[in-house]
Amino acid sequence: MTKAMTGAKMVVQALIDQGVEVVFGYPGGAVLPIYDEIFQQNSITHVLVRHEQGAVHAAEGYARSTGKPGVALVTSGPGATNAVTGLTDALLDSIPLIVLTGQVPTFMIGSDAFQEADTVGITRPCTKHNWLVKETDQLAATLHEAFHVATSGRPGPVLIDIPKDVQFATGTYTQAKQVETHYNPQVKGDMDAITELAKAMETAKRPVFYTGGGVINSGPAASQLLRELVAATGFPITSTLMGLGCYPASGDNWLGMLGMHGLYEANMAMHDCDLMINIGARFDDRITGRLDAFSPGSKKAHIDIDASSINKVIHVDIPILGDVAHVLEDLLNVWKARGRKTDKEGLSNWWDQINEWRNVKCLDYKQDSKIIKPQYALQRLEELTKKHDRYITTEVGQHQMWAAQYLGFEDPNRWMTSGGLGTMGYGFPASIGVQMAHPDALVINVAGEASWLMNMQELGTAMQYKLPVKQFILNNERLGMVRQWQQLLHGERYSSSWSESLPDFVKLAEAFGAKGIQCHDPDTLDDAIMEMITYDGPVLFDCLVEKHENCFPMIPSGKAHNEMLLGDDSTEGAIQGAGEALV
Amino acid sequence: MSALKIKKGATSHSAYNLRPNYSDTVERHTLAVLVENEPGVLARVIGLFSGRGYNIDSLTVAEVDHLGHRSRITIVTSGTPQIIEQIKAQLGRIVDVHKVNDLTVEGPSVERELALFKVAGKGENRIEAVRLADIFRANVVDSTLESFVFEITGTPEKIDAFAELMQPLGLQEIARTGVAALSRGAV
Ligand SMILES: Cc1ncc(C[n+]2csc(CCOP(=O)(O)OP(=O)(O)O)c2C)c(N)n1
Ligand SMILES: [Mg+2]
Repeated sequence: MTKAMTGAKMVVQALIDQGVEVVFGYPGGAVLPIYDEIFQQNSITHVLVRHEQGAVHAAEGYARSTGKPGVALVTSGPGATNAVTGLTDALLDSIPLIVLTGQVPTFMIGSDAFQEADTVGITRPCTKHNWLVKETDQLAATLHEAFHVATSGRPGPVLIDIPKDVQFATGTYTQAKQVETHYNPQVKGDMDAITELAKAMETAKRPVFYTGGGVINSGPAASQLLRELVAATGFPITSTLMGLGCYPASGDNWLGMLGMHGLYEANMAMHDCDLMINIGARFDDRITGRLDAFSPGSKKAHIDIDASSINKVIHVDIPILGDVAHVLEDLLNVWKARGRKTDKEGLSNWWDQINEWRNVKCLDYKQDSKIIKPQYALQRLEELTKKHDRYITTEVGQHQMWAAQYLGFEDPNRWMTSGGLGTMGYGFPASIGVQMAHPDALVINVAGEASWLMNMQELGTAMQYKLPVKQFILNNERLGMVRQWQQLLHGERYSSSWSESLPDFVKLAEAFGAKGIQCHDPDTLDDAIMEMITYDGPVLFDCLVEKHENCFPMIPSGKAHNEMLLGDDSTEGAIQGAGEALV
Repeated sequence: MSALKIKKGATSHSAYNLRPNYSDTVERHTLAVLVENEPGVLARVIGLFSGRGYNIDSLTVAEVDHLGHRSRITIVTSGTPQIIEQIKAQLGRIVDVHKVNDLTVEGPSVERELALFKVAGKGENRIEAVRLADIFRANVVDSTLESFVFEITGTPEKIDAFAELMQPLGLQEIARTGVAALSRGAV
């Protein structure tokens, strides 16, 4: 059934029809008609953020923690340009987002009108797809198509730019099911390739599953199938930063995260394996280290929904194009039908080797009785919160890597972090998005003091919507990760990596009406954390930690997996030559 | 623990140059890309090439199916086999792209380009220009007492050769369309 309505009403109608419950946004001249429609309905909750970057990151947090697309609404010009970082973040981490931007009226486009920006031009390289809608009759169909594109295939952010006259004009509303699309990425993997992988699994002596964010994007069924596959084969499994939670951290076969700050056993297993099964990861440079020394002796299989990820940086022997859940289901069936074979003896030797690597205890650190070590703070946070219905977001820096190392994730969609873009300022707004989706859950943003300040204005949002997000700031008064690189790479010349003139975080919290807690003593840390957890409202936790702690293990840029730095003793002169130029 | 015994210079300067080389041979490929005729689709394709550092040797675009709303972009690009594969995969994931065909590997194909040449000269040069044009089957589409405009169709190589010959004979301007290409035989 078709209906006539204004473009602004179509926007709201399409969002309702697509099952949207929450929109994160910020109004302005070019979106006033849409805000007027939002005012006149009750189906959708609008969350007024304090900066458009916050809206997009909040939508990302919402999306990542629910598996549903996140929605943001911003005005033209500066509203749209403020959304660019979030869009790029979502593109690199494959997060499904629908971002709606207002635009100057069609008849003014190109005239350098007030708050005009070439939004589709600016966002073309940082969206999966974008549209400028010039006719109201096209608007509803475009909105429905946008949801389809954002969530199908490899998910990603899309943007619809809607001129103000298109919002005012009346047109015909098209229902979602009437929209035809040619965009239907392949989800089933090639059975021959899947069989080839099953055969390789039967004879592998040193196999490893290398999993990534694609498992989580594929939905809960993918994680379930992965767990079944790991249990049935007995193979070890590691994951990228983006894939944490697809296999439980408490699982027997879990090696921990791999990569630049990954665990020794995970990286060594990657280096020495004879069969690498990449499931929804993309051989990112944080993972591979030096490419010509990356897992030199292994046969490599790669399951990915995006053809351009396959053979992009690493040549693979068994490419499988398809959705993780679909492929894993077929893989399990084929492998079972062929007799559930593995090389038991080979595997047992492989586990002996892995256990030796585990004994290195690469996450050990020097404890201190007076100063809170950041690692200790996270261990205590883990201990005191792991039984809760818990979601973790992070900012970017050392604290992020420590969080990935010391917190355990049992389920997918519980861990929200900016992996590909490494966006400082992501975690706080993301935690707001998560809490909107899960009002009763314990949502904690593990933050660095510098990152947190990048979007601190969102404390207003948390207060306004009574979102009890916990901001757990590991305050080292340093741009810690930068300082670490300067120590290791730039002769300890700490150029602009001190966090100077920091605010009094407790007073800052109180200024917004939130709760502030400061802790500097390991002995009172547990009580302070408990106080944070039990407080009903947003908390800013200023955890004063050791200032010059370094994050280990570390594979320096340009080095191989088996050239890890394990602690301060091993860092002397570790990074020189060509590696210096890498990021 | 860490055995950091990497030879100096073992790695190159950026993480992105650390790619293992499958084959260093740079190949020239002609790609036919069928796209939805939407505003911005050309910008998307060109942005992909510039953003990821791929080469465009030639690019042509025009609507080929008005009712079906389709345009055909013909791109001549060059790169190692791995880069060519990446280019095709990257093109393939653009939402507005329907199909990517690599005419260079998918069997025999024909390539043609059209060019206009303005040649000005007197006496012997003028006669020689017309004589060569005749050999190349170029047509005179405009002439004055001092100049000719030739129209020539052929492979890019043929047009290059013609340009070289016209150079000493008073070549003033060239306009080329870029390559149009089709596979041979029925589809
Ligand atoms: C927006 C942005 N700007 C700059 C950087 C570079 N950068 C990476 S980590 C870091 C320091 C982060 O400091 P903090 O948030 O205090 O975390 P810490 O490393 O101290 O735990 C910087 C500046 C970045 N990732 N993002
Ligand atoms: Mg810090």
